[in-house]
Amino acid sequence: MQLVLARLRGRKLRARQIETRMRSKDRHRLHEWLVSLPSLGWLTVFFLFPSLIVFAIAFKPSNPFGGIDPGWTLDTIRSLVNPAYLPIIWRTLWLSFMTTLVCILLATPTGYYIARSEPGRQRLLLLAVIVPFWTSFLIRIFAWKVILHPDGAVKRALVFLHLLSPDTSLLYSSGAVLLVMIYTFLPFAILPIYAAAERFDFRLVEAARDLGASPLGAFLRIFLPGVRRGMVTAILVVFIPALGSYVIPDLVGGPGGEMIGNKIAQRTFVDRNLPHASALSACLMLAVLVPLLLVLMQQTQKRSQGKANET
Amino acid sequence: MKRNRVPLVVTALVLVFFYLPMVILIINSFNASRFGGSWEGFSLYWYARLLNEHEIWAAVENTLVIGVAATLISTLLGTTAAFALHRYAGTLQKAHYTLIYTPLVVPEVLMGMSLLLLFVSLGVDLGLFTIFLAHVTFCISYVAMVVLARLQDLDFSIVEAARDLGAGWWTATWRILLPLLAPGIAAAGLLAFTLSVDDFVISFFVAGPGSTTLPIRIYSMIKHGSPPLINALSTILLVVTFTVLLITQRLTQEKKR
Repeated sequence: MQLVLARLRGRKLRARQIETRMRSKDRHRLHEWLVSLPSLGWLTVFFLFPSLIVFAIAFKPSNPFGGIDPGWTLDTIRSLVNPAYLPIIWRTLWLSFMTTLVCILLATPTGYYIARSEPGRQRLLLLAVIVPFWTSFLIRIFAWKVILHPDGAVKRALVFLHLLSPDTSLLYSSGAVLLVMIYTFLPFAILPIYAAAERFDFRLVEAARDLGASPLGAFLRIFLPGVRRGMVTAILVVFIPALGSYVIPDLVGGPGGEMIGNKIAQRTFVDRNLPHASALSACLMLAVLVPLLLVLMQQTQKRSQGKANET
Repeated sequence: MKRNRVPLVVTALVLVFFYLPMVILIINSFNASRFGGSWEGFSLYWYARLLNEHEIWAAVENTLVIGVAATLISTLLGTTAAFALHRYAGTLQKAHYTLIYTPLVVPEVLMGMSLLLLFVSLGVDLGLFTIFLAHVTFCISYVAMVVLARLQDLDFSIVEAARDLGAGWWTATWRILLPLLAPGIAAAGLLAFTLSVDDFVISFFVAGPGSTTLPIRIYSMIKHGSPPLINALSTILLVVTFTVLLITQRLTQEKKR
């Protein structure tokens, strides 16, 4: 009898223990939700949801007053199949590709150099790379517009040296767009490559040299694979925003330098045709999606590795 | 071991490439010439002209109002987000992190376009308020990233010591963790403010009549206005930016001392 009572009491006790553990786990979940909810909610309403709306509005009819009519239509999607868009799509891809390529070619030696500098100089160099990141985007484009201007110093110097005929325009061409895009995106490429190079163990390069590798061979076969992740991040954070460039081609590109971003803005501000603009945006979003998923996968992987190291 | 000179040369060229346009711009702002093609003597004429441009000052006011409001809200939301990301692990935080990280990479045109469509389809009037909402949205991510980096560097044994000595969760957070994090949160807030004040693309999409911000004003000046005036305005803005950056550098150095 006693034994049965004791066993019953024990069971009751254990049940209570489990219950409190469950409750503390619930409280843990509740805390997590409370702390996460403000930012999670805001970004769901103002980022995730609007991104999805873009796809829906592409199937809505437009009205001549710049609004959106009820009902559904496939006309907007059909109007996208337009040979006039082909050169623009091609130019967007080509300019983004070239920008990424030149940025990586310049950023890799720069990141390498900064990582190998002594701490004092390293801080100074890093600051020098970050300053353009903080200064106004429009002002930096404007500075180039002045330099490339037909009356500007560069143009006159090139004409004086007979490198350029007085009739060619430096401004308003896809070359000008490429130059300013490289200027704008280069800091974004240097920072991740520097961050990876800083964690790289340079004794590996020295070991390779001692074993008879040439300086270039050691750089290409030891250093580059070592900072591969930083390079992938650099490529993606340059290429994705480059695809959506709008202000740069708008200010220095002229009609011969237009990109998809310009077309989206024109449909929005000039024609007031929101469904057409959102159909174009939906296409751009799909183009961005694959590289975006790649960068996200890399980031979450890095994060979970970091967490695993912590514990 | 003899170092190769190529990285040094490339780095030097990159720095010249970064700074030459800005230096030319600053020098030109003191040029008396109307077109900036040739040097016609030192002058503060364009700075004086700037004082009479009432539209610019109205735009500055709008920009500052939005900047301050967006900074406050996004710093709050970004900091709580960083706490959540740092404290918890699991599916919810994975989704949370994705939602925080994606706005950093998505092209601005897409963000501007999708927010415009949201406001149009909800029937919200475009103006200062919609610009404010848009700015908070992209600032949250930057704030969260800066604070999260700081949390990962933080020595949590101090917080644990406080808990062991009898401080409750609230006291430990409020009296120990937040003061330790304050420089990081301040730096994140300054970054948010700079981004808000500087943003053009997203603001342009969600701006309405009468809600011209400074970058929108500068854009229309670049398109239609007189270049020397923009030179002077740009120089002032560059000086402000350098000052803010110096303050931030001070704040970040404090931790290392």
